[in-house]
Amino acid sequence: MNSAKKFDMVRTVFSVLIALAISFVIIFMVSDQPLEAIKYLLIGPFTNKRSMGNVVESMIPLIFTGTGVCIMFSANQINLAGEGAFHIGGLIASCVAIKLTATFVSPFMALLCAGLVGALFTAIPAIMKITTTASEMVSSLMINYLALYFGNYMLNNVIGDPKASAASYKLADAAELPVLIPGTRVHLGFIIAIAVAVLGYFFLYRTKTGYELRLAGENEEFAKYSGISIVKVIMISQLLGGFVAGLGGGVEMLSPIYNRFTWTSLLGYGWDAIIICTLSKKNPLYTPFAALFLAYLRTGASIMARRTDVTLEIVQITQGIIILLVVAEQFLSKYKHKIIAKEAKAALKDEEA
Amino acid sequence: MDNQTVLQMNHIMKIYGNGVVANEDVSLELRKGEIHAMLGENGAGKSTLMKVLFGLEAPDQGEIILKGQPTTIKSPQDAISKGIGMVHQHFMLVPSLTVAENIILGVAPKKGLFIDMDKAIKAAEDIAKEYNFDIDVRQKVEEIPVGIKQKVEILKALYRGAEILILDEPTAVLTPQETDELFIQLMKLREKGHTIIFISHKLDEIKKICDRATIMRNGRSMGTYEVKDISTQEMSRLMVGREVSLKFDKKEQHLTDDVFMRVRNLTVHNAQGVLKVDDLSFDLKGGEILGIAGVEGNGQSELIDTLTGLNKKYKGEIKIKGQDITNASIEDIREMKLAHIPEDRMTSGCAGTLSIMENMFSNQYKDKRFSGKFLLKRKAMEQRSDELIKEYMVKCKSRKQNVGMLSGGNIQKVIVAREFSTGPDIIIANQPTRGIDVGAAAFIRKRLLEFRDAGCAVILISADLTEIFSLSDRLAVMYKGKFAGFFTDVENVTEDELGQHMLGIKHDDVLEGVLYE
Amino acid sequence: MWSAILSPDFFATILRSATPILFATLAAAIAAKAGICNMALEGIMLFSALFGVIFSSMTHSAWLGLLITMVIGGLIGMILAFFILNLKTDEILAAIAINLTATGGTVLLLVAVSGDRGVSSSIRSVSAPSVTIPLIDKIPFIGQVLSGQNILTWFSILAVILLHLFLYKTPLGLAIRAVGENKNAAESVGISSRKIQYIALIISGVLAAMGGFYLSGGYMNMFTKDMAGGRGFIALAAASMGGNTPIGGFLVSLLFGIAQAVANVMQLTSVMPYEIILMVPYLTTLIGLGIYYYGQKKKKECLSGK
Repeated sequence: MNSAKKFDMVRTVFSVLIALAISFVIIFMVSDQPLEAIKYLLIGPFTNKRSMGNVVESMIPLIFTGTGVCIMFSANQINLAGEGAFHIGGLIASCVAIKLTATFVSPFMALLCAGLVGALFTAIPAIMKITTTASEMVSSLMINYLALYFGNYMLNNVIGDPKASAASYKLADAAELPVLIPGTRVHLGFIIAIAVAVLGYFFLYRTKTGYELRLAGENEEFAKYSGISIVKVIMISQLLGGFVAGLGGGVEMLSPIYNRFTWTSLLGYGWDAIIICTLSKKNPLYTPFAALFLAYLRTGASIMARRTDVTLEIVQITQGIIILLVVAEQFLSKYKHKIIAKEAKAALKDEEA
Repeated sequence: MDNQTVLQMNHIMKIYGNGVVANEDVSLELRKGEIHAMLGENGAGKSTLMKVLFGLEAPDQGEIILKGQPTTIKSPQDAISKGIGMVHQHFMLVPSLTVAENIILGVAPKKGLFIDMDKAIKAAEDIAKEYNFDIDVRQKVEEIPVGIKQKVEILKALYRGAEILILDEPTAVLTPQETDELFIQLMKLREKGHTIIFISHKLDEIKKICDRATIMRNGRSMGTYEVKDISTQEMSRLMVGREVSLKFDKKEQHLTDDVFMRVRNLTVHNAQGVLKVDDLSFDLKGGEILGIAGVEGNGQSELIDTLTGLNKKYKGEIKIKGQDITNASIEDIREMKLAHIPEDRMTSGCAGTLSIMENMFSNQYKDKRFSGKFLLKRKAMEQRSDELIKEYMVKCKSRKQNVGMLSGGNIQKVIVAREFSTGPDIIIANQPTRGIDVGAAAFIRKRLLEFRDAGCAVILISADLTEIFSLSDRLAVMYKGKFAGFFTDVENVTEDELGQHMLGIKHDDVLEGVLYE
Repeated sequence: MWSAILSPDFFATILRSATPILFATLAAAIAAKAGICNMALEGIMLFSALFGVIFSSMTHSAWLGLLITMVIGGLIGMILAFFILNLKTDEILAAIAINLTATGGTVLLLVAVSGDRGVSSSIRSVSAPSVTIPLIDKIPFIGQVLSGQNILTWFSILAVILLHLFLYKTPLGLAIRAVGENKNAAESVGISSRKIQYIALIISGVLAAMGGFYLSGGYMNMFTKDMAGGRGFIALAAASMGGNTPIGGFLVSLLFGIAQAVANVMQLTSVMPYEIILMVPYLTTLIGLGIYYYGQKKKKECLSGK
C-alpha cells in the first residue's frame, strides 16, 4: 500500500472517531441517560439476531445507490439524481408487481423496469448538459422533486388502494424477494446488491468502457487527446449509474419490508450514496463495507431511539461530520506531508544504493 | 555607482524546488529613464529574474538595491509600494468591470460607505491624460480590444505610483499598429523619467525603442549592451548560441518511397480568430526526422493540434498515408499509426491520479492483445506495463503507483513508452524533453533516432536547439505561422543563421526541399 | 380562471411565495459573485426555519428571534467558508454535509424542544408581523396586493436594493466581484481573496437565514420537517438565470412567484391534480435552466463564429 492510500485510511478512521466523539457530546447534551444511549448506539446491533439482520437488510439500498453514484461520479459528473432514480425505481417496480402475478416473471420484470426507468431518469440531467450546457448538478436536484411528486400522484390517483391510507394495492406475493436467513428480513436483494457492487467494480476497472470513463473522469483533456468521446462517456456513466440506483429502489420495494408502495417522501438514499461513494473512494467494491458501517450506525441509532430518549436523526449529524472531515484535503495534512516526505527520503536512499 | 542608477540586482541565484537552476549569478542594473530590454529564449531565466524583482519568488542568493538602499521584496504588494509595477502577459484585469474600476481596484476613493465613482473616473481620466492614453474609462474591459487592455494594465501600475515598469512580452498579443502606438507611449513614459523593463525576443523591436539590453541564456547573463552599439546578428548569437553538442551516431538515412504525411496550404486560426498557421505546405517521408524550430507562439501548437485531429477547423489539405483527415476523429487518426507526445504532459499527456499501468494503455486499450469485446485483458496489460517500465527505465515502485507521484522525467518516460509502444509510423513529438533530467532526455532522443532508422516519420518540435540540430534530417523554422527558413543540410546550418530566421531577421521566400515533388 | 388570475389575491400570492426564493437567490448570487457555489443554502434555510421558531418563542420577540437566526446563519456560512477555504474541502461535498446535518439536526432539536418529530405546533413562536400600509391599503386592488404583506417580504425587496448598492457601489462589493471573476487580478492588487470569500459566504448565510426564518415565521406559523423543500437548490438555478445580480435574481424570483400563483389558481379552478401543482417550481426551474443555458450556448457559438 502506498503512502497516499495509507494516509487516506488514517484520515478516514480519524474522521469517524471525531464524528462519533461529537455525536457523544450531543447525546450527553440532549439525553437524560447518555451512557445508556451510547451503549445502545455502539453495541445495540450485536445484541440479537434480529438486529444483526436489520444491519444487513439496511445495507442493501445503500450498496445499490452507493454503486450507482460511484459510477456516475467516476466520470466526474456531479449528478445527484440517484435519489430520484431510487424513488422512481421503487414506484415502477410496485406498479409492475401489482399487475404481474406470475412467479419469477413478476419480480424479474419489476426489477428490470425499475432499472430502466432509473437509467432514463438520471440521463435527463446528462442530456440537458450535453444539449444546453446547463449544470447537471442543479437540474438533477430539481428532477428529484419531480420524481417525488410523480410518485405521490401515482399513489393517489393510479395505484392507490382506496381501502388503505396512503398505500398502493398489495404487490403480488410472487414478486416478493425470498428471505435468506429465517428469523430476519435479510432477503435475496442482499445477494443482488453484492453482485451489483462486484459488477460495478468489474465494469469500472475491468472493461474498456469503464476504463474510458475513468480516464475522462480524472482528466478530460487527456481523454480527448487519447481519442475518447466525452459525450459517450457522460451518457453511458449516467445511464448505468441510474440503472443501478433504480434497480436498488425496485429491490427495496420488493423486499419483505414492504408489501405496498408507501413512499410519500424521498428516503435520502441518494444522499447517503454520496457518503458511501466518498468513503469507498469511488470504488464500488468497497461500497458494501461503507454500507455496513452506515447500516450499523443506523441500526444502533434506531435501537437507541427505541430504548432511550435520543432520536434517530443524530446519525445524520454524525454522517455530515464524517463527510466534512474525510473530504477536507488539509485535514491532517501535516501528517500527510510527514509520511510522504519520509517515503521520498527512503526512495532517495534506494536510488543511491 | 552611477547616480542615474535606480535599481541594482546583484548576483541573483534562484534554484527551484525541483532542482532546476533558473538564475545563476545574474546581475542587472537599471537607470532612470531608460527602456531596458531583457532578451532571451524561453527558459533562459528572464521570467524568473523578473519574478524575483516583483516579489513573486524569493532569491536563494544575491541582493536588490533600490535607489541605493539594500532592500528585500517580499510580495507583489511590497513591490508595488516600492514603485515597481508589472504588466503580465496574461492580463490581470476583471472583464466585467469598467476601465476605471479596474484601475482603482483595491485603492478605491471613498465617499462615506460608497466608492466615490466620480472621483474614481476623474482620477482614471487624469492619469490617462497625464500619460496621453486615449481611453474611455467608463467602458467595460470585456468590450475593449487587446491593445487598450494593455494600456489599462500600464495605467493600473502608474496609478499605483510605479516608477519601474516591467512589461512581459507586451507585443506578443498586439497588432503592428497597436505595437507602434505602444512604443510611442513607452517613449513618453521614458521622457517622464520612468524606467521600463521590456521583455522580448523580437530584435527589431528592441532595436527600435530600447536603450540597453541584457541578454540571458541558460540562467546566466551574457552581459548588458548599449543597443545602438550591438548588431542584431550579435544579439541573436549571444541569445541562441549552441551549448555542448550532443553526440549521436546517426546512421545513414533510408527514406521510404511513400509520403507518410502530406500537408498543403494549411491555414489555421485560433479561437480568437487570429491567424496562427499561414498557408503551410510540407511533405514527410518515413525514415526522417523533420525538426521544427521557432520561438514559442509562432503557430507550432496550432499546427500540431491540427495534424493530430484535436483541432478540426482548418483550411487546406492534410493527408496521412494518402488518406484525407478532414472527417477523421482523433481515434481514426491514431489508428493510422500516429503517435503524439503532447507539449504539456500534465494537462493532456496523462491522468496524474491514475496508475502507471492505467496511463500506459489510453491509446491501445482497444488492441486485441489488451482487450476482448468488452473486457480488458488485465494479465496482458500487467505484463506489458511491467515490460515497458523495464524497457523505458521508469523509476517507480510498481505499475500501481500513481503517475502524478513520479518525477517529471519519469512521467515523460511513461508517456513516451505508451506512444512508442504501438509501433507507430508517424511520431509527432512536441517538446519531448522539456524540463526533464539529462538521462531521461538522452534516452528519449536515442529512441527517436531508432524509430527514424526503422523507417518511421518523425516531426520534432523543440525549444532546445541543440536537440533540434543533432536529431533533425531536415529543419524548418517557424515564424508567424510560416516556414521562414528550411534546411536540408542541417550540419551546415550555423546557430547564427537559425537564430536570425527564428527572430524574423531573415526570411526565405523560396524554400527548397519542403516538398517531395 | 382569468378572473382568478386578475384578482389582487393572485398578485399578493406572487409576492408571498417569491419571498423565500428571493432571499435564497440573493444568498446564492453573492456567493456566486465571489466565485463559490453555495449549495448549503438548503441546509441553512432549514436550520433557520427551526431556529426562528425556537428563538422567537424563547425571546417572545420576532425581532430578536430573527436577529439570532441571522447570526447563526452567518456562522454556518463561516463554517462552510472554513472548510472550503482553509481545509480545501470540495464545496459541493461540504454543502451536502451541511445539508445532511441540517436534515437530521433539525429533527433532533425539534424533538428535544417540542417532543414532536414533525411539526413545531406545540411551540408558541412569534411570527414576523404583516404590515398594513396606511393610505395605500385604501387604494382598491393595489392596496390589497401590497398592504398586508409580511414585513419580511418588504425586507427581501429592501435586501435587493441594499445588496445591489453593496455589490456595485462599495469598495468591498467591487472586491467581491473582482475575486469571483479573476482571483489573480484581485490578488495582484493586494486583495485577499480568502477574506473576501469569507465575507461573501457569511452574508450569504445571513440572507439564507432570513429566507428560512420567513418560511416558519411568515409564510407559515410553525416549523415542519424538511420545510425548505428544495428552495435552496432552486435559488442556485434562479441566481444563475438572473446573471447572479440582485435585480436579475429579483425578477427570476418573481417568475417563480408567478408560477406558484398560477399553480394555486389552477388547483382551485381546474382538474389539475394537486401533485402536479407541487411540481411547478421545480419544473419551472428545470425548463428555465434549459432555455437559459441553451441561449447562452447559442450566444457563445455566435461570438466564436464571427
